[in-house]
Amino acid sequence: MSGSERVTHFPEVREPLLNLKGAPGKNKRVLPAPFDAAGAADLPGAGSLPDLPDVSEVETVRHYTRLSRLNYGIDHGMYPLGSCTMKYNPKISEEIAARLGQIHPADTAAMEPVLERLAQLQEHLREICGMDACSLWPAAGAHGELTGMMVISGALKSRGEQRRTVLIPDTAHGTNPASCTIAGFVTRGIPSGEKGYLEASVLERHLDRDTAALMITNPNTLGIFEQEIHAIAELLHENGSFLYMDGANLNAIMGITRPGDMGVDCMHVNLHKTFGTPHGGGGPGSGPVLVKQELAPFLPVPRIVRDGSGVYALEEEPYPESIGKVHSCLGNVSVCIKALAYILSLGPQGLREAATTASLNALYLKNRLKKFFDLAYDTPTLHEFVLSDAMQKEGGVTTMDMAKTLMDFGFHPPTVYFPLVVAGALMIEPTETEPLEELDRFVQAMENIAAISREEPEKTHESPRTAPVSRVDEVWAARNLILTWPDGRIQPREKGI
Amino acid sequence: MSYISHNGEDLGRILAAIGIEHADEVFSTVPPALLCGADLAVEGPKDEESLRRELDFRPSRVVFAGGGIYRHHIPAVVDALASRQEFVTAYTPYQPEISQGTLQAIFEYQSMMAGLTGMEVSNASMYDGATALAEAALMALRMKGIRRVAVTRATQPSFRSVLRTYLAHAEVDAIEEIPYDPVTGQTDLDALKKSAGPDTAFFIQNPNYFGVIEPMEQVARIVSGKAGFWGIAVTEALSLGILEAPGEYGPDVVLGEAQSFGNPACAGGPLLGFFCTRKEHVRRMPGRVVGLTEDREGSQAFCLTLSTREQHIRREKATSNICTNQGLCALRAAIYLSAMGPEGLKKTALQCAAGARFLIGLLKDRGIAPVFSAPVFHEFVIPMDEDRMEEFKSKGIVPGVPVAPQYPEIHGSVLVTVTEMNTQEEGRCLAANV
Repeated sequence: MSGSERVTHFPEVREPLLNLKGAPGKNKRVLPAPFDAAGAADLPGAGSLPDLPDVSEVETVRHYTRLSRLNYGIDHGMYPLGSCTMKYNPKISEEIAARLGQIHPADTAAMEPVLERLAQLQEHLREICGMDACSLWPAAGAHGELTGMMVISGALKSRGEQRRTVLIPDTAHGTNPASCTIAGFVTRGIPSGEKGYLEASVLERHLDRDTAALMITNPNTLGIFEQEIHAIAELLHENGSFLYMDGANLNAIMGITRPGDMGVDCMHVNLHKTFGTPHGGGGPGSGPVLVKQELAPFLPVPRIVRDGSGVYALEEEPYPESIGKVHSCLGNVSVCIKALAYILSLGPQGLREAATTASLNALYLKNRLKKFFDLAYDTPTLHEFVLSDAMQKEGGVTTMDMAKTLMDFGFHPPTVYFPLVVAGALMIEPTETEPLEELDRFVQAMENIAAISREEPEKTHESPRTAPVSRVDEVWAARNLILTWPDGRIQPREKGI
Repeated sequence: MSYISHNGEDLGRILAAIGIEHADEVFSTVPPALLCGADLAVEGPKDEESLRRELDFRPSRVVFAGGGIYRHHIPAVVDALASRQEFVTAYTPYQPEISQGTLQAIFEYQSMMAGLTGMEVSNASMYDGATALAEAALMALRMKGIRRVAVTRATQPSFRSVLRTYLAHAEVDAIEEIPYDPVTGQTDLDALKKSAGPDTAFFIQNPNYFGVIEPMEQVARIVSGKAGFWGIAVTEALSLGILEAPGEYGPDVVLGEAQSFGNPACAGGPLLGFFCTRKEHVRRMPGRVVGLTEDREGSQAFCLTLSTREQHIRREKATSNICTNQGLCALRAAIYLSAMGPEGLKKTALQCAAGARFLIGLLKDRGIAPVFSAPVFHEFVIPMDEDRMEEFKSKGIVPGVPVAPQYPEIHGSVLVTVTEMNTQEEGRCLAANV
């Protein structure tokens, strides 16, 4: 922005694209140069310099510091995104993981203690989930789903079976169908019914000889515990099908009940949700897969093994039934180490207390908010619950309007328009780490929004008014598809830059 | 340690508002038979000092290992800026009005990656280079008429493994490996000519796994217009600082691993997959992407776009199941590239290449020649048996990545990598002990 333009909030300065700040010769960085560059004269290099902005160190620092201030993070305040488990990310976990530093995976001496800790994490995840074997390599939740479904596919093939259908309740996670498709399955949705959970009698009607698995999220995306899960597992097993559980909502039940005891055959956990590792604005996450013994041979390679003298190492052979590798190295190792630090930090009682408090906080909000907003299901919930805009819609106020208005009260909005079973859904998950004062502040903000929706509904259409930008035109973005900065020939079209 | 803020009084208020007496009542919907009878057998709770003591990791003294994961200098500004909580503790930027920091940084990352690779568009990053290759193959197989996938054998073994894992579940008629010339280490062009057809998606890594620079102009002449689809994999992103931008050869995709840009080796992960393509393929491209737009006042703004390809809208028909990128790793790459600048990136790439030549010279003086004769970027294969590897290990030296497990035909050899993190002294130490 120009010097004649006033800032809207001190000290926020509108930040232009980095390429507009660059000019030849600005970057004066002195870099390590241990070798005589003339030695590389034979290299068939490009004639020109790489196409990058040329800016000074101070400009780099200012640029990214200013950008950071346009963001909202958990350290700012509550981030009640349902099924995303935006809990506090402990600083000690970051510090510990940073110690992995420049350890190269081929540095076997340095890797031994790392592998020992990864093995320890596998053990702890097995215990928490009640499963028999674990692979840490999937790099995200959806990657875990895909890996888990490939494992199930491998097991079916080794049985000589051709089952292709995966059943997915409408309260399951959004990525499940795509993961199944890439693993070679076809998916079929099943309605969860009025109570908001899948009833065994409903599932029974959908089972046939082609059913490979049921992919269920428990607690589901309505925050409801799948109460018939054990009967569901039995039905599936009698039918020769597997039970896959999406562990996205494991935070609600860790230390309370274990998927393995429910009859789950295969599952993934999201370390970046349940075990307090940061989301990083979209990754890196980590989605370890856990299985029962029957599926263990099919897990990805490499495997962490311990030899007779207690030394940990990686092994790729002989695992003829393994689905193979799913990552070029060891997945998101540092995320795994952060999750281990978190588990050790809390201990068994701390994990249980976290699960319990996650539900207490959610129920506190639900009880205080249900007077002002429509609650689609009255089945008891755990760590999250789903409201809708049914009471506000008459006045022309949508879920999107309410979400954007929440920003003007200083909150990140909840998950919106998901799950699809609730029209205009607002899915709220406060997590256990929110202080009561913050929960109260959220209730007040939501009550205010309910009042504004009644009295001055049109005002909500203008929100957010206090965010760094007003409502963003996503349709324009999709239509025009400007995905890189102009290459110098086109002038930026925006105002004020 | 507990990160819960409630004291006894808070808890009392919460229980009263819910209308229950004991906290455990919240689990009334969990069938009693499924409740854990006892505490989990998990260690802890531990204080921070115990964690610091127990979870301690440090690298060996001298390291010449690469093979897809590299140790490069990371300017101090990268850690300082990328560790700001506003970036670290934010979610995927679904709410653009309060996520402009992440969105603009990723848009700039896309712009810089597109510029460096010489392609038109980049996605917002992927899990790693191997899954980027697998996703590129799946993208090609969704195009009409493509039934086969061919990849050079000199492509990083783990990339080929992940590709096979993914393709085992896809509709594909054949997966072929194009051999390399055992003398030069470059891809066998005659074999390539036989393989390239309109039903084939072809992928080549450059510089290849042996560090050898492929004859890209000849490769491009053979496959352009012949293969139905082709891509170039780059596992050492720093090579983009000096070599011809791969997009100049006219591929459909350029993908690979950009961990070298500001992300430490980190015991193998997180890595940073990148994926660049031409505009004509953009709607088939997997992964997140950020687009430029404007807000209601007409100010420049950014948001995630092309979401109609994605799993939460298209469900089972989505282009991929990916819903995260490696956001923070991509941010680190963007900050790194900003800090290094065009000169810095080029100079560092030259240092790597010069270092490799310095070490090759020392080894030749001792009568040890690289296994392959073609020019390399910054890594090369030399003969070394397992006993010698163990001797090095006992001295705190990692001479490289063993090659034999993945290439039994080149048994008893190691891939040596030199970067600007190594010194001449380290090079002399390695050469003297080989």
